[in-house]
Amino acid sequence: MRTKRLLLTVAGVGLSTVMAWAATATLMSVQIRKADIRDTPSFMGKILTSVSYGDKVTIQSENGAWFQVNTPGQSGWMHSSALTKKNIVMKSGAGAQTSASSGEMALAGKGFNSDVESQFKANHKDIDFTWVDKMEKIKIPPPEIKAFAQAGHLDAQGCVK
Amino acid sequence: MKYLIIIPAILGMLLVGCATLDKLTEAGTGLAAATGVINADQAQSINKSVSAVGKVFESITPEQEYYIGRTVAATILSKNKPYDSRAMTAYLNTLGQYLSLFSDRPETFGGYHFLVMDSPDINAFAAPGGFILVSRGMLRCCKTEEALAGVLAHEIGHVELNHGLQAIDKSRLTAAATILGTEAAKNLGGKDLAELTKTFENSISDITSTVMNSGYARKFEFQADKAAVTILTRAGYSPNGLVSMLQQMEKNLKPGGHDFAKTHPAPQDRIAELTKLITTPHPADTAARQARFDDTMRGL
Repeated sequence: MRTKRLLLTVAGVGLSTVMAWAATATLMSVQIRKADIRDTPSFMGKILTSVSYGDKVTIQSENGAWFQVNTPGQSGWMHSSALTKKNIVMKSGAGAQTSASSGEMALAGKGFNSDVESQFKANHKDIDFTWVDKMEKIKIPPPEIKAFAQAGHLDAQGCVK
Repeated sequence: MKYLIIIPAILGMLLVGCATLDKLTEAGTGLAAATGVINADQAQSINKSVSAVGKVFESITPEQEYYIGRTVAATILSKNKPYDSRAMTAYLNTLGQYLSLFSDRPETFGGYHFLVMDSPDINAFAAPGGFILVSRGMLRCCKTEEALAGVLAHEIGHVELNHGLQAIDKSRLTAAATILGTEAAKNLGGKDLAELTKTFENSISDITSTVMNSGYARKFEFQADKAAVTILTRAGYSPNGLVSMLQQMEKNLKPGGHDFAKTHPAPQDRIAELTKLITTPHPADTAARQARFDDTMRGL
């Protein structure tokens, strides 16, 4: 009787370990246009590779707001704000329509998109997007940001060191 | 009598937050249907539409937020000419993009970008997704890099907290959900695209009229100031820079102006709230930052 209870307990512990492992191996989607995977949980970490909108990553562990992720052939760190638990689907289809109502899926390009923007531009020729397009091109590379912080003697916490 | 009690109860439920909305509404419509105020079909219809409101607000993806932000920024820039200075734009973006790394939301769909508007009015706008516009008049309220960092961190706070998106009238989102519910495919037909574009135009108008005319609710401004204190402290700047900027703003604001005088709480009210939050001492070593700040602002 005691052996049986022991076996059940061991089986229970084993099952919860498997369940805990399954829970940690979460699949997430990239929710921004392009995101970098780095060698450390920091924006100043070396960029190992980049992933694109809708790409899937497997979460291995967490460190504050950073996730250690796996993609095919690469492992590294991403900031959590680049990821969503929603399954971002790049192309529509019958399956997509069914899952869309579950709230667990987002169809890329659906809703307010480049088609809507084009239609808006056609309706509002007085609104000029030239400077918005110029703004978007301004992306300061991480080494320049690091140099800016160092030259300004900024004692930053955590994520850019 | 039953109508008087149950209908307001259902309407009340329509106003509560998204998280509990579906369950509360099901309970409310169930009660109304059971007591005969509405029939089962009507109850189901209400449940469906409330669910659509809740889900669609949550479902403004970062991608859609990006398209909203682009158009909001373009609309603001159609009324405020950009200040075309390469040195100024580079400095503002280096400082702003550095600060954005310390927000709770450093990654947006298209990233954070900053531009100066060639206007003597005291203004700063944060379009959804991270398009941040600051006027020359606002820069004149900044005497140090700390102060300018305070302005940018406050605007990043508005983006991080989705304040722009929350200015959209919820009925727009219901309208969008109705159109999108009929078509899951990416490419909408002409009529649906025209209707969705109308909803988009109205959403843009909700945001631009809020940020340019009426201003956000005071609590949003205080929340953005609180987020700014966090960002500045993490980034190694003294949040006191934001206080000194507000003190200067108080001197520069013209009563009755169509800028921060109209859209924001009075500087002294913001200072009073900020001083409750600030505990860090002012960093002593600011000479290098002051030199590059003065260099960039010369001739503004």
